[in-house]
Amino acid sequence: MEVTPEVRSQMSEIIDRYPNSRSALMPLLHLAQSIDDEVTPEAMEVIADALGLTTAEVAAVATFYTMYKRKPVGRHHIGVCTNTLCALLGGDAVYDAVSERLGAGHDQTDVDGTFWLERIECQAACTHAPVMTVDWEFMDNQTPASAVDIIDRLARGEQVQSTRGPVIRDFQATEHTLAFPVDGLAGEGGEADDIMLAGLTYAREHGMSAPAAPGGDA
Amino acid sequence: MTPLTPVITEHWDVPDLFTLDGYRRKGGYRALPKALAMDPDAIIGMVKETGLRGRGGAGFPTGLKWSFVPQNDGKPHYLVVNADESEPGACKDVPIMIANPHALIEGVIIASYAIRASHAFIYIRGEVPQAIRRVATAVREAEQAGLIGDNISGSGFSVRVTVHSGAGAYICGEETALLNSLEGLRGQPRLKPPFPATHGLYSLPTVVNNVETITNVPWIVNNGVDWFRQFGTGKSPGFKVFAVSGHVERPGIYEAPLGITMGELLEYAGGVRGGGPVKFWLPGGSSVPMLTADYLDTPLTYEAMVEAGSMLGTGTPMVFNNTISVVKSVTRWLEFYKHESCGKCTPCREGTYWITGLLEKFEAGHGTDPDMDLLNEVCGHIMGRSFCALGDAAATPFPAAVKYFRDEFQTATTVPVDVSFPPSAGYVFEGVAAR
Repeated sequence: MEVTPEVRSQMSEIIDRYPNSRSALMPLLHLAQSIDDEVTPEAMEVIADALGLTTAEVAAVATFYTMYKRKPVGRHHIGVCTNTLCALLGGDAVYDAVSERLGAGHDQTDVDGTFWLERIECQAACTHAPVMTVDWEFMDNQTPASAVDIIDRLARGEQVQSTRGPVIRDFQATEHTLAFPVDGLAGEGGEADDIMLAGLTYAREHGMSAPAAPGGDA
Repeated sequence: MTPLTPVITEHWDVPDLFTLDGYRRKGGYRALPKALAMDPDAIIGMVKETGLRGRGGAGFPTGLKWSFVPQNDGKPHYLVVNADESEPGACKDVPIMIANPHALIEGVIIASYAIRASHAFIYIRGEVPQAIRRVATAVREAEQAGLIGDNISGSGFSVRVTVHSGAGAYICGEETALLNSLEGLRGQPRLKPPFPATHGLYSLPTVVNNVETITNVPWIVNNGVDWFRQFGTGKSPGFKVFAVSGHVERPGIYEAPLGITMGELLEYAGGVRGGGPVKFWLPGGSSVPMLTADYLDTPLTYEAMVEAGSMLGTGTPMVFNNTISVVKSVTRWLEFYKHESCGKCTPCREGTYWITGLLEKFEAGHGTDPDMDLLNEVCGHIMGRSFCALGDAAATPFPAAVKYFRDEFQTATTVPVDVSFPPSAGYVFEGVAAR
């Protein structure tokens, strides 16, 4: 990890968010993954030094959380939910198709090192099953064919839009968002989708609403 | 038939609701000045009177939790929002944060004022950048509008709000593990007592509340106790953002009073996908015991679900039809708990390993009768004996499954699960051969 003056200032900005500097450890590890596509031993030393911790203390945290990788992820992180609900609604078949397309298994990259594949746990999107993520952006309601098509388009450098988020950038860009979440992209992805609006739509169509507030104030 | 009652979700179809302008146009930030004109204790009292219970799973009374924070102790206080939504089946906090982040922020400011917190943290799981950027951007907008910061609207009240990204650990949904994580430590739970109300973040008084819980607060302040208590039952008052998933025609978010039944929600969701009966369903995440179609008319309240042998949990029902193997479902959940066990205590660390291994034998059609006994024994050694609720949760799916579907485990002593239940039959798309 190259510590430019800009990186140094970003690190200070993150540390300043917290009453206690050690709390900055997790966002700093995300920052490290936005500079390299992994958490390197060198990055752990830099962070330990900045926070007055030992490298062992930093490594203990970096190895506990599964989003921190100690091998290069490549350009895109591909997650397929294979927890019960997604898996049994088709996520297993989506995973198999993507795995075959990439020639990679769980926590492995394709032969070029461009795509990292991971079986992910519940992504808090069960209403949108089967769920895939690209660089942790939602790619909802997948089929094996649609998932492979997304990989193909990414491989060709074509534009791919998250179903509930921005145009896909790359793994490191998302990691930068996790360190600096005001990324100028909050306007992307639009309002709630049809699935999030399912109940509201039904209520409107059938004249249902919550009891009015006193004085008619909504 | 209990009607749907969109409150939190009422304006979700407004294209710019997630912006400050959009939220304000729909009445947003009207509760804040009202709250800041009240005595903080009066807000705590009001929330207590509503009977609002935590929407993160445990259902602890929110006002009571707030009242445990010692006041005038001269120490900094903290509010921590648990936005680490990772429970299998739970998918209602992430939609709230994506669709209406300012409602959460308004609740955060009011709750901070009530408990005299000078700094609030919103701990969002790292795997949902869209929710993180929406919430963080809403915080920035609120800061620029003078709604967060020093001396808000001349009230003398000041608060900072920090959005914190997690990094992939389900255990951080446990409140003390979350606090450790927020302190830059491994996300492992702490011994309780002392409780966070007195020894929380940095060992200082802290309230940890779920996203949906805090999002209720602006409506409570605006509309009052009586209005709130029109919804739900005496012990489970209020409205709930239900997320219905699985084999239903229209999975999605359905907001209704607590006390609505699964059967009613199912009807709103268009019934079971492709017709046919419900085989089993879970009221709120994989950590609550499964129920069968016999319980479709049971009210979805904290008390009635316990009486039925389950729990309301996160209030995010998962519905499965007859194509689904109970053995496979439970095995996959246990693989999750094994993966997410933090390793701190032996019953959970070793127990999840043992249960998973035994269940995988059944999945392959090689289970035995002694394995059934051993599974019961291992679950018994975890339940009530682990350091935190993750262990109890891991010991829950198997006994519940056996209670209703013992025959399926019996079959799985000779026949692989994928033979009894061809996987493709459960898929929500066509044209995929069995694995």
